[in-house]
Amino acid sequence: MELVCPAGTPAALRAAVSAGADAIYCGFRDETNARNFPGLNFSAAELAEGVRFAHAHGARVLVAINTFAQTGRVGQWRKAVDEAAGCGADAVIAADLAVLDHVAKNHTGLRLHLSVQAAAATPEAIGFYVETFGVRRVVLPRILSVQEIAALNRSIDVETEAFVFGGLCVMVEGRCHLSSYATGRSPNLSGVCSPPEMVSYDEDEEGTAARLAGFTIDRYAPGQPTGYPTLCKGRFTAGEKTSYLFEDPVSLNAGNLISSLKAAGVTALKIEGRQRGKRYVTEVVRAFRKAVDAVEAGSDAGEIDRILSGMSEGGRQTAGAYRKTWR
Amino acid sequence: MIPASPIELALGPVFFHWSADRLTNFYRRIADEAPIDRVYIGEVVCGKRMPFSDPVWPETIERLERGGKQVVFSTLATPSTARERKSVEELCADGRLVEINDLTALRFRSGQPFVAGPFLNIYNEATARFLVGSGAQTICPPVELSLAAIGTMARTCFSAEFEVFAFGRLPLALSGRCYHARLHGLHKDSCQFTCEQDADGLAVDTIDGQEFLAINGVQTLSHQVQTFCPQPSELVSNNIRRLRLSPQTVDMVAVARAYRRLLDGQEPPETVRFVLSSLGLPGMQIDGYLRGGPGCQAPSPI
Repeated sequence: MELVCPAGTPAALRAAVSAGADAIYCGFRDETNARNFPGLNFSAAELAEGVRFAHAHGARVLVAINTFAQTGRVGQWRKAVDEAAGCGADAVIAADLAVLDHVAKNHTGLRLHLSVQAAAATPEAIGFYVETFGVRRVVLPRILSVQEIAALNRSIDVETEAFVFGGLCVMVEGRCHLSSYATGRSPNLSGVCSPPEMVSYDEDEEGTAARLAGFTIDRYAPGQPTGYPTLCKGRFTAGEKTSYLFEDPVSLNAGNLISSLKAAGVTALKIEGRQRGKRYVTEVVRAFRKAVDAVEAGSDAGEIDRILSGMSEGGRQTAGAYRKTWR
Repeated sequence: MIPASPIELALGPVFFHWSADRLTNFYRRIADEAPIDRVYIGEVVCGKRMPFSDPVWPETIERLERGGKQVVFSTLATPSTARERKSVEELCADGRLVEINDLTALRFRSGQPFVAGPFLNIYNEATARFLVGSGAQTICPPVELSLAAIGTMARTCFSAEFEVFAFGRLPLALSGRCYHARLHGLHKDSCQFTCEQDADGLAVDTIDGQEFLAINGVQTLSHQVQTFCPQPSELVSNNIRRLRLSPQTVDMVAVARAYRRLLDGQEPPETVRFVLSSLGLPGMQIDGYLRGGPGCQAPSPI
């Protein structure tokens, strides 16, 4: 199975390649990619250099141009595609029909991957993208169970890529406006969710309130470590009950499902985290490289668990929708 | 002064799990009394609800069409099971206009006329033109877009009618997980349809008591209620053909009449907003998205 790893910076790209990534995904330093955070991403020159480095080490580079082009500015998204192709990228990851159409019509030799932001989850939707644009791989929404992925793979004729580690969207990707409702900026509009410039940590007698554009997303007792107020991971009150209504503050770890995903026909495993530093990338990629190699060599589940338990990444983890617990 | 306004009114699909009786009575009144040109019917949010509402549609369609309304079948926004995908396919075979809310349906409807609903990601004029080429006649863009952005699309994409989500709690997100079931400690597959208890959605407040969101099964909506009340000239200059009113439990006939008076220039926006505020809306009024700001922003005083 192919291991697809994140790079928010040229340093992270080199780290991921050196740690054993088969492919790296990254984006340009603007609104054309869905991790449009300050201090992240690549210029065209940095991308070209990154592609050279990756290719020299036998790895591929996939460029995410996976936001939805803004009205009157579609040219910027088309130019990003042209630049990615010019830099020697191995594939473009896109979600917008306008961007997909541009790649299909003007870059026939360039591999096209369907971004998770398109949330294509049925054989019919996937078939539409494959037949219309020649999409070669579909990144699967994080709301499917392993059984559903297996059934889907039996009825489609295209590669699939599944997230195995990192951030977890509980909403259907590309169908969520929660962030712009509170802040005016969202993944689809601007490539960011719960943007940092709208975050405040306000101290009062009860401790710290983590707020997003003035809306309290969570509260912490004095001395308790605070978390980032990602909107869907907060505590809310509904029906007189206060809870993590949408999702607990957990991240995805489907490491021990690698062999199940392989059996379900998944071609590539994706690690989330273009916002992460090179130390994190090195550690996670190295662990997953070992785990994937062990699965390919037929190791048992206990061996995989032992490999992955070496990661120091803190916080609570979940297998998300893969284990069907959402049903 | 604008002559008799050409801008139409549409009633969007009911997002909530209303009982068959409630749906029947609701559409009878709409058919007989509401100044609405087009009515979208059908279940959009959750395929599990369809067995309850399916028996309602034949009589409802007949009644609405007798009342002079154009009926459009709206389809599921996140079809997943074989049964749900089959239902989308069957609805797409209908001779009437059909609203598509997921590209799954395009497979069954491409080349025939359809409405591109607000759950499709249509963020620019190139995407709009692509879908027009596949058969889109009406486009109701995602609710987070500004009127300026919609106008840019509408002015460069003449062959489609543009429709703006003007009234109701805003559909903000869809999930694979059912929040009504999760809140009640149930699984989605054995959910007991607790969403039926909340005919306008269940209010979600922040832990500091701020009104914020509302849940409706797998859907998350705004707590606040969109009441976009523009000057008719603003709609004309942006090439907007129709306003969409999304059903809530308030008197939707009164809502439709208020909007009709607005579009006909008989009442100014501030009067219409005052009328709407007296109907007992489930939340404060907002129109921030269409004004280019965060969706939760209240209308500025005129």
